[in-house]
Amino acid sequence: MSDATSPAAAPVTPEVVHAHGLTDHEYAEILRLLGRTPNLTELGVFSVMWSEHCSYKSSRKHLKQLPTEGPRVLHGPGENAGVMDIGDGLAVVFKIESHNHPSFIEPYQGAATGVGGILRDVFTMGARPIASLNSLRFGAILHPKTPYLVNGVVGGIGGYGNCVGVPTVGGDVYFDECYDANILVNAFTLGLAERDRIFTGKARGAGNPVVYVGSKTGRDGVHGATMASESFSEDAEQRRPTVQVGDPFTEKLLIEACLELMRTDAIVGIQDMGAAGLTSSAVEMAGRAGSGVELELAQVPLRERGMTPYEILLSESQERMLLVVHPESVAEVRAIFERWDLDAVVVGRVIDEPVFRVLSEGRPVADIPVAALTDAAPAYDRPAQRPPRQDEIQRLDADALPRPESMTRVLEQLLGSPNLGSREWVYRQYDHYVRGNTVLAPGADAAVIRVKGTSRGLALTVDCNARYCYLDPHAGGMAAVAEAARNLSCVGATPLGLTDCLNFGNPEREDVMWQFSQAIEGMREACLALEVPVVSGNVSFYNETDGVSIHPTPTVAMVGLLEDVTRIATPWFKEEGDLVVLLGLNRDELGGSEYLKVVHGQVAGKPPAVDLVLERGIQRTCRLAVEQGLLSSAHDVSEGGLAVALAECCIAHPDRAGFGAVIEIEHRGRADALLFGESHSRIVVSLKERHCGLLQDIATQENVPMAVIGEVDGDRLAINDLVRAPVQRLRNIWSTALERYVK
Amino acid sequence: MRWGVAVFPGSCDDDDVVHSLRHVLGHDVRTLWHKDPFDGRCDGVVLPGGFSYGDYLRAGAMARFAPVMQGIVDFAATGGLVLGICNGFQILCEAGLLPGALTRNESLRFVCRRVTLRVEHARSPFTRTARPGDLLEMPVKHGEGRYYADALTLDELRDHGQVLLRYADAVGGTPDAANPNGSVENIAGVCNRRRNVFGLMPHPEDATEELLGGVGGLTIFSSMAAEVERRNGA
Repeated sequence: MSDATSPAAAPVTPEVVHAHGLTDHEYAEILRLLGRTPNLTELGVFSVMWSEHCSYKSSRKHLKQLPTEGPRVLHGPGENAGVMDIGDGLAVVFKIESHNHPSFIEPYQGAATGVGGILRDVFTMGARPIASLNSLRFGAILHPKTPYLVNGVVGGIGGYGNCVGVPTVGGDVYFDECYDANILVNAFTLGLAERDRIFTGKARGAGNPVVYVGSKTGRDGVHGATMASESFSEDAEQRRPTVQVGDPFTEKLLIEACLELMRTDAIVGIQDMGAAGLTSSAVEMAGRAGSGVELELAQVPLRERGMTPYEILLSESQERMLLVVHPESVAEVRAIFERWDLDAVVVGRVIDEPVFRVLSEGRPVADIPVAALTDAAPAYDRPAQRPPRQDEIQRLDADALPRPESMTRVLEQLLGSPNLGSREWVYRQYDHYVRGNTVLAPGADAAVIRVKGTSRGLALTVDCNARYCYLDPHAGGMAAVAEAARNLSCVGATPLGLTDCLNFGNPEREDVMWQFSQAIEGMREACLALEVPVVSGNVSFYNETDGVSIHPTPTVAMVGLLEDVTRIATPWFKEEGDLVVLLGLNRDELGGSEYLKVVHGQVAGKPPAVDLVLERGIQRTCRLAVEQGLLSSAHDVSEGGLAVALAECCIAHPDRAGFGAVIEIEHRGRADALLFGESHSRIVVSLKERHCGLLQDIATQENVPMAVIGEVDGDRLAINDLVRAPVQRLRNIWSTALERYVK
Repeated sequence: MRWGVAVFPGSCDDDDVVHSLRHVLGHDVRTLWHKDPFDGRCDGVVLPGGFSYGDYLRAGAMARFAPVMQGIVDFAATGGLVLGICNGFQILCEAGLLPGALTRNESLRFVCRRVTLRVEHARSPFTRTARPGDLLEMPVKHGEGRYYADALTLDELRDHGQVLLRYADAVGGTPDAANPNGSVENIAGVCNRRRNVFGLMPHPEDATEELLGGVGGLTIFSSMAAEVERRNGA
């Protein structure tokens, strides 16, 4: 490979190796695998393929703990997205992915390209994207940078998602100072495919042409994968040139052209060019097929002149795909892409020899065994240790908390707080109707879309309480899964499967690895108990700035199935005279609550514990009751506790002013713990009195505590002698909470 | 009823229009590809919503030069019914088939929400099955939907009864709060003077099934079908 050095003549020195984010040990391993010194281009290829982002080197060992199998799983982790059978010959394809660092540096483009990337992961498998979600974490709402970041990220998600014609049907947004210098932007997309027409990223069949389609390649995003695998420091802004720029219009054309091509028999394998661009898509496709790929870079459509092989291989320009097609289909591929005004160029071929071979005008510039980049990528069993401070942060002296004078005032304060106020200001900027399937728009416990041509529906939600995970990562991981499943159950859907986006700090720190392993263990237990397999996911480490980590944030996006999409429940009260019933138990758990943070300024205590047996029973009870048409409404109790949940039942109706309720709950403990404690496994339902017996039968059968706690009545919310407030007033406070801060 | 639905690169709501017309109303529908000339063999043409050509220059500014548009302009000139929804409305204004222009929302943000529309005139092919004062509910979803026309044009629109729909509240008033984008005089949809070309920002195709929240949009399509039936019968 002496010739290979000429296009990239810079010598590979220890400084160059370190600048590529490779350790001395990793570089020694590269020398061993190659049997020679890599040239600079090859070093670049190794650095991205071995980056945390692409190789999962710190997480792989732990990810294996997660249950990935189930009767409906068609493709689990390892493909571009997870695939599950929903009957009628149809499958859903879904995944969530992070775009955290780019979004902090350049919020609009960072978030926009996050949406673009996850869309490609889904349609590359043959699925028409039909719904998106996003999960956002920003710093303290009063941090001077937060409004700028919120506006940029929300604008970017809307700008991209609206333009490609995929509805954004839900999501979550939280504010906490732990994200001041490292926001989280996690994007999820779900697509619908024919069960028997799933496409995978495999470069099979020596001699088959490799075809590049979509946008031209520019210098943007060179080394994005490496950036995503490093910690931030104060000079993060200087990284702006490594953030890619999105073009949703081209993405829209790419979706239509690819789906049109997928109706033919031209495609052998297909993969989008995401992180690490052309390199990772070619290498991963070869890796999955046990083959090799030879590329000729002179054929790659370029946006700029004078790009080096190094830059072409590592560019993360957006809206590009790599196909392996049958030789006789090349003309057909070209014709379809020409119809959509997109480039389609043969840039290489599949070869038997399992190597990644790159030529530039016939001269070799890289020649690396595929396995050296994939299977032989380093895997670490990094040390994990519970930090001593964990005991300290879990300590909470509830008796020392001052008793609020007015619980009504506290409720108002919570409803107007950044984390509990209405999210309408955000989701109003997203098209949630396009494609004509949206049965339940954002604002309910879960979004519901119908599956055209069937009686079925799909429910979607995304959840994670990172404060719980910070206080106790095991309980927090468990809670994320449990709450997502509970949200689906509240609309009446049976959880099918989940995809996770594991946002953590620096894995080279023992306490972070402990958080990571604990959260996964908690998630695993909940997945097993609730029978929800993990079918895809993404790990985002190094979410720290100047040595300070974010709270561990294992975001869970879960998809549920409704056999009859006309049988769903919504959270808001419907009619005066309906009884209000609580499924589950109030346990006076104040640890980690929003109340503790907002009112007392404390993040402390043990987060509420999840009883998985009770959780399962509660969820089944709710689903059965919805299925039998017993319920007028159903809403889960989460952040803000029972009082906030009841208030939401009164005020959350998207069109109507809402109904009041008179609530009387038997209780002996602390009033604030009853009202604002966040015990899990609770659902507030309302129903006709005549249905109460049937609900009781189900609850008894499922071994679930149930209590009638009041009645839908009037235009004010009254809880015992503790809370008394006009619904209209609560609604005003809640509905303007967010825009007061970020507008 | 035979419909033609134009498809530009970047059209997003074309599938939704086709679905509503074909599966909800049971009509014949064909798509009109932007690169192909249009032969005029339809009873009604829909320009759907979306971001034609990415709307990078100005919403609708590029699409009016598409090959399919000449045929649609000719079709309108012979009295054919043309409906422009959202981006389609923007294209019709850019093409000079409708008066006025659609500018950035007053909030400078994209807005997606359900709105209530008051039918101003039933004397049009697009509202003939309704009565003046009827309230129709359907979603809006756009970043550039603020209708603007100068005072002279507004007078003309009024004199000739060309404003067919206004943003209204639940009781049929037209306060600012009911106006999602700052459109002048709460105007949501206007037709040309000949009354055969109509553009509106709200999406009737997203309000044709109870399952999806209501059927306020059916009025527009049913009116057009009734008009075609009347013409064919005459």
